[in-house]
Amino acid sequence: MAAAEHIAQPSASRHVQGDRRRRVLAVRTGLSVALVLAMLLSLGWGAASDTRVIPALLAPLGLAEASLRDTVIVWDIRFPRMLTGAFVGASLAVSGAVMQGLFRNPLADPGLIGVSAGAGFGAVAAIVLGGLLPVAVQAAVGYYLVPLAAFFGGWITTIVLYAVATRGGRTSIATMLLAGIALGALTGALTGIIVYYATDDQLRDLTFWGLGSVAGANWDKFWTALPLIAACLIVAPFLARSLNALALGEAAATHMGIPVQRMKNIAILTVAGSVGASVAVTGGIGFVGIVVPHLLRLAQGPDHNGLLLNSALLGAVMLLVADAMARTVIAPAEMPIGIITAILGGPFFLWILLRNRNVVDL
Amino acid sequence: MIRSIAFLAATLFAPSAHAETYADASRIVTVGGPVTEIVYALGEEDRIIARDTTSVFPAEANALPDVGYMRRLSAEGVLSVAPDLIIARSTSGPIEAIDQLKSASIPIVFVEDTFTAEAVIEAINTVGTALGATEKSEALAADVQADLDRLAAKVSDLEAQQRVLFILSMDGGRVNAAGSGTGANGIIELAGGINVMADSYSGYKLVDAEAIIQAAPDVVLMMDGRGNHSGRKEEVLGLPAIALTPAGQNEGFVTVPGAALGFGPRTGQLGLELHDSLYGGAG
Repeated sequence: MAAAEHIAQPSASRHVQGDRRRRVLAVRTGLSVALVLAMLLSLGWGAASDTRVIPALLAPLGLAEASLRDTVIVWDIRFPRMLTGAFVGASLAVSGAVMQGLFRNPLADPGLIGVSAGAGFGAVAAIVLGGLLPVAVQAAVGYYLVPLAAFFGGWITTIVLYAVATRGGRTSIATMLLAGIALGALTGALTGIIVYYATDDQLRDLTFWGLGSVAGANWDKFWTALPLIAACLIVAPFLARSLNALALGEAAATHMGIPVQRMKNIAILTVAGSVGASVAVTGGIGFVGIVVPHLLRLAQGPDHNGLLLNSALLGAVMLLVADAMARTVIAPAEMPIGIITAILGGPFFLWILLRNRNVVDL
Repeated sequence: MIRSIAFLAATLFAPSAHAETYADASRIVTVGGPVTEIVYALGEEDRIIARDTTSVFPAEANALPDVGYMRRLSAEGVLSVAPDLIIARSTSGPIEAIDQLKSASIPIVFVEDTFTAEAVIEAINTVGTALGATEKSEALAADVQADLDRLAAKVSDLEAQQRVLFILSMDGGRVNAAGSGTGANGIIELAGGINVMADSYSGYKLVDAEAIIQAAPDVVLMMDGRGNHSGRKEEVLGLPAIALTPAGQNEGFVTVPGAALGFGPRTGQLGLELHDSLYGGAG
C-alpha cells in the first residue's frame, strides 16, 4: 500500500511533497483554531444578545445561577444548533470532496447521485401529504415525518441509481451520471405534481425548506441523525488513498491494487446516508459541498489525505459562521441559511477563481 | 404534516385557551395578521412589543420589531425580545420553535384561524380573555357580530345569488383563482355569493380557460390596489375565457381590499361592503 501511495503522486518530487505536507498542517491548525472560535461564536452570539452565556452554561452543573430563559437559549437552542451546524457542514464538505474525487469531476456534488433530488421529493411529499396519514401515525412520528421522508427519499433514489448503473459487479460512473439526470427529471416531475396540490401555507413551507435552516435543530434530532451524518466523516480517511489512485483513472487504480468497486460501494452509500441525513435535518443547504473542497485544493493541493479532514473542518466553520449570520442579520427574524452560504460563498469563490485562473485549471 | 401538527397543537391547547388570562402581560408578541389586528382593535396595542411579518395592519404595527414569518418563527428570535406572552394563530410554527418557547416557560395562546364568521368572534374572545380585557372584547365581538348579523339578514333576503370568480392574479393571461378553504372563498360566501371554483379544488390554482367558461361566473372579483382600476377591468374582462361568461358580457367586475381575505375584526364591515358591491345599493 505504501507503494501505491507513491505511485499515486508520481510527478510529485520529494520537495513538493514536503512543502505540501507542511501547508496541509498549517491549514489544519488554522482551521482547528477557527472551528473552536466559530463554535464559541455560535454559542455566544445570537438574536438574544442579552443572554448571559457563561452562567447559563454552568447552571446545569450547579456552578452558577441563570434564568430559565438563558438556560433554554444556551442549552436547548444554541447548543444543539451549534453541533448540528458543525456536523452538517463537515459532512456536506467531505461528501462533496469524495464525490469530486470519485467522479473525477470538479462539479460533482452529492446531487449527482440523486440524493438531493430524492430527499427533496421526500420532504415535499411529507409536507403536503403528511396530513393524509392516519392520526396515530402522525402522532407517533410527529415532527420527524419530514426528516424521515427526506432521508429515505434520498437514500432510496441513490440505491435505485446505483442499481441501474451497476452491471456484472461493476458500477459505471458515466451511466450513473446519465441515469441521475433521468431520475432527477422524474423526481422533479413528481415533486411538481405534489406542489400543484399544495395549499398556500404548504407552499411557503416548501420554499423555506428548500432554502435550508439549522433553526429546527434540537437534541432529539441531533442524536438521531448523528450516526448517519458522521458516517462519512469516519469513512473518509480510509477512502483518501483510493481516491488519490482513482485520479489516474479506474484502470490504473485497479492495477495499483485498489479495490475500486468496493470503494465505490462504500463511498456512494455513506455519502447518500450522510447527505440524506443532513438534508433531512436542515433542508437544502447549497454550495458548501462545492466550494469547500475547491478552496482547499487551491490552498494545499489535491492530495486527498490532507483534503478530506481539512474539508470537514472548513465545512463546519463555514456553516457555523453562516448560521451565526442567519440568526442575527435580521433579528429577531431569521434568514434561511442557504441564502447566506450562497450569497457569501458565490462571489468569494468567483474571486478566488479569477485570482487563480492563471495558476489553476480545475 | 405542518398542518396536522398545527392541528395537534391547536387541539392540545384549545381546551385551556379560553380559560387562560394573562392580565399582567405587558410584553406580548403577536403572531398572525388577524391576531395583531384584534389586539389593536381592543386598544391594547401598548402591550405588544413585537409582531410577525404577516402583521401589517394597522400601519403602526409595521413599526414594531418583526420576529419573522409566522410559520418560520425562530425560538431565539422570539425569546430575544423577552416576551411574557405570545398570542399566535394556530397554524404558527414550526413545532420545534413552539416546543422551545414552551420549554422556556413562555405562555402561548393559540387563536383558531379558519375563514368563517364564527372563528372571527371566537378569535376576538380568545384574545380578549388572554389580555384580561374581556369587557372590551365582548364589546368588539358584539360590534362585529352586529355587522355579521346585518349581513346575514341581507343575504337571506336575496332572491338569487351571484356566482363569483375570485382572481388572485393573472400570470401571462393565465388565471390564478380561489378554490375552497381560502380567505376569498370565505368572504364571498359571507357576502352572499357563490364561489364558482369552491367545488373544484382548494387553495389558489391556475385555472383552465374552458373551466372558467363552464363555471359561468356573473362577477369577477379581484383585490384592489395595484394598477389603475378601469385598465385592469378591461384587461380581465377582455380575456377570451372571461369575455364569454356572464361576467364578461355584463361587465361584472368588483374589487375588495386585500384585508377582506384575512379574517379579523374588519370582516363584518368588509363583508357588508362586498355585499353592496355585488348586489348594488347601499341599503
